[in-house]
Amino acid sequence: MIRQDARGGYVFYLPKRDLEDAIVSMEFDTPEKWGGEIKLNNGGSYYIEPQAKPARLPFSLRARRLDAAE
Amino acid sequence: MAALTREETEALIAEVLEVYPEKARKDRAKHLAVNDPTLEQSKKCITSNRKSLPGVMTIRGCAYAGSRGVVWGPIKDMIHISHGPVGCGQYSRGGRRNYYVGTTGVDTFAEINFTSDFQEKDIVFGGDKKLAKLIGEIDTLFPLAKGISVQSECPIGLIGDDIEAVSKKMGAELAKPVVPVRCEGFRGVSQSLGHHIANDAIRDWVLDRRDNAAFESTPYDVAIIGDYNIGGDAWSSRILLEEMGLRVIAQWSGDGTLTEMENTPKAKLNLLHCYRSMNYISRHMEEKYGIPWIEYNFFGPTKIIESLREIAAHFDDKIKEGAERVIARYQPMMDAIIAKYKPRLQGKRVMLYVGGLRPRHIIGAYEDLGMIVVGTGYEFAHGDDYDRTMKEMGDATLLYDDVTGFEFEEFVAKIKPDLVGSGIKEKYIFQKMGIPFRQMHSWDYSGPYHGYDGFAIFARDMDMAISNPVWNKLTPPWLKPKADETIAELKKAA
Repeated sequence: MIRQDARGGYVFYLPKRDLEDAIVSMEFDTPEKWGGEIKLNNGGSYYIEPQAKPARLPFSLRARRLDAAE
Repeated sequence: MAALTREETEALIAEVLEVYPEKARKDRAKHLAVNDPTLEQSKKCITSNRKSLPGVMTIRGCAYAGSRGVVWGPIKDMIHISHGPVGCGQYSRGGRRNYYVGTTGVDTFAEINFTSDFQEKDIVFGGDKKLAKLIGEIDTLFPLAKGISVQSECPIGLIGDDIEAVSKKMGAELAKPVVPVRCEGFRGVSQSLGHHIANDAIRDWVLDRRDNAAFESTPYDVAIIGDYNIGGDAWSSRILLEEMGLRVIAQWSGDGTLTEMENTPKAKLNLLHCYRSMNYISRHMEEKYGIPWIEYNFFGPTKIIESLREIAAHFDDKIKEGAERVIARYQPMMDAIIAKYKPRLQGKRVMLYVGGLRPRHIIGAYEDLGMIVVGTGYEFAHGDDYDRTMKEMGDATLLYDDVTGFEFEEFVAKIKPDLVGSGIKEKYIFQKMGIPFRQMHSWDYSGPYHGYDGFAIFARDMDMAISNPVWNKLTPPWLKPKADETIAELKKAA
């Protein structure tokens, strides 16, 4: 699940791991194309299938683990 | 004794770990840490939410405890069936002192134990028929119950009973919600997964039942989430919110009702007290209904003032003025309490070991009384809890996750705090060691501790525990000096 925090940044939440962290970079961040490779503050990275930006956050989606601790 | 330095604390951890076999030592070392408030990420220094080691004495509970005991239990107008053998239900009955109003046995049921009392034949032939019969009987005997939840104990998952089908069938028959909760005790590593399962059951079976129903709403509707009304906690929080002009439409789940839960999606803001047990449902409501949620902390005046202002910031000027009015009104009372107790408690050192929220939330209340929290730890917290804790705790203080009985005793024996706050299983050990103790799960049968009124009771209770003269008189009979012996000599001989 991705939500927006009070300062406008994205926050990544992975229910299965109870991992809550700020997203420091997202590959695509435009209304038409949104997602791709995301990097978290803790150094982990995940991949989200690029898609149109959701009309409202928070938004649940499927993320693939690229390089992050188990 | 002054606070320990970083090196001393590290040495203490190393010393305590010494007795374990190598493999166990390696594992436990990851759960013990020296706090560094500058770190953003707890996982660099502490591991949490992992399976307890076989052979050590853990203080954790099970998934059934998290669901039946914590999340579902306090919902007062529902009947919660402990589905399985009788023990789980009987021994967990009423232990958390979730206060409520209502006539028990007529329209409220939180203190009664309902169980399907599994026998051998139910294990062999399955208990679904028994469950259906039981639900029918409950409806006959207690027609005012608004709903029924089926809380599975371990055998249900092991024998593969289909409680969902029974619940659906009986729910349709009775025209009442019958909620199956798959909270078998063996799921997960602690009660924390039970909270998650219970939240998911609420999401799937309860939350959307009134989505299209009419509701007279106001712009100031809020819901209290994750306050279990232990000793009346939710009540002493609720009056503050109402006094500042908000309307509390639901209490989750202390003194809460099924209808309140169904109406919660109409709230404007969800106020989350126990993050660990109810963040799941808050996140769900944020996504589905667009209700923002904030964490707040009603322990001790400093945190109450911060929280009231933060809550008010989500509303208009009327509420902001209301918050300031509440703060100003209670300030003289708080000043009097602090003036009375701070001189008696100043500089006293506390060690905490509680569940999933209080080890960090209560720190502010102790600091308001001039006390120092020198060690804290959780039974079942996850990484995000430790992220939040590390900012609250002082530098070089001790953090212990899922502490074992041995480690906790050793830490307390070495650090010699003036007060230990933990649960009933730890209480008598430390009292026998001559250290004042308060139960921080059930408030030692006192409370409430939330809110301004609660702080007054909190301060009194802590003073009562610490200043009690009995702690100086705890010489056991075999150490009592005979006519010509001194205690020092005896101790030396022992």
